[in-house]
Amino acid sequence: MPALFLALLTGLVFGTGIALSGMINPAKVLNFFDIAGTWDPSLAFVMGGALIVTAIGYRFVLKSPRPLFDRQFHLPTRKDIDMPLLAGSAVFGIGWGIAGFCPGGSIPALGIMQTDAAIFVAAMIAGIAITRAARQAMSRSPGVQKAAS
Amino acid sequence: MTEFTPLLSLFGGALIGVAAVMLMAFQGRVAGLSGILAGAVLPSSSERGWQVAFLIGAIAAPMLLVSLMGVTIPFESNTPLPWLVAGGLIVGIGVNLGSGCTSGHGVCGVARFSNRSLAATGVFMVATAATVFVIRYIFGGF
Repeated sequence: MPALFLALLTGLVFGTGIALSGMINPAKVLNFFDIAGTWDPSLAFVMGGALIVTAIGYRFVLKSPRPLFDRQFHLPTRKDIDMPLLAGSAVFGIGWGIAGFCPGGSIPALGIMQTDAAIFVAAMIAGIAITRAARQAMSRSPGVQKAAS
Repeated sequence: MTEFTPLLSLFGGALIGVAAVMLMAFQGRVAGLSGILAGAVLPSSSERGWQVAFLIGAIAAPMLLVSLMGVTIPFESNTPLPWLVAGGLIVGIGVNLGSGCTSGHGVCGVARFSNRSLAATGVFMVATAATVFVIRYIFGGF
């Protein structure tokens, strides 16, 4: 129970940060990328604030032997920069540029009853589910059996 | 036009960082919202409990800011419905293939100086800027 309560609290802090910073607002996000037009540099300050706190905070937290509610830290271990990473990131950027919603911005926007956010999140879940199913099917197909075994 | 809000954005960004540090301290996990969402709503996750609790908090926060504290949260979305759906689908495909989004790669990964996250963040920032340019200046906007 304390784990769930603290996860809820963590979510509250995250959602507050998204709402106050302006990341919740698609128009503001898109204006960051429109340097030649209605440029709003705020997003750089969001990323800057988040990065400074996270970089310093991680250094302290990762010195402890384990997190509070798990046996070990689960840090991504892969180092290779492969095609799925680059292509997927490019695809993500295209979608972010179309609607101005990223996953972290769109989910808290559900809390202020924004229909656009709800439509976006539903489509995003479908996109994740379809891609996951397609990748699982491909890894089972005869051509790439080696990767699956 | 949206108002340039350096202090509020810096403060909000710092809170996003605090949440990322809290999640690492409590669950030992990276605060990647696409991963948390997938884990919470799609099958086969042993982490569902804290993921659902986190998402409830993330959704409740702006609601509480508005209803309890009277905060005004600016929100403007001008994307036509078909493009909104397309954008969502495309983001979903991209974050699954690319193993992360703005929070997972852009904040948590870059803060750890992960090569993969630095590459991913560079690619999606450029792709987003290019997409905004094409929509606004080649197609004349929505």
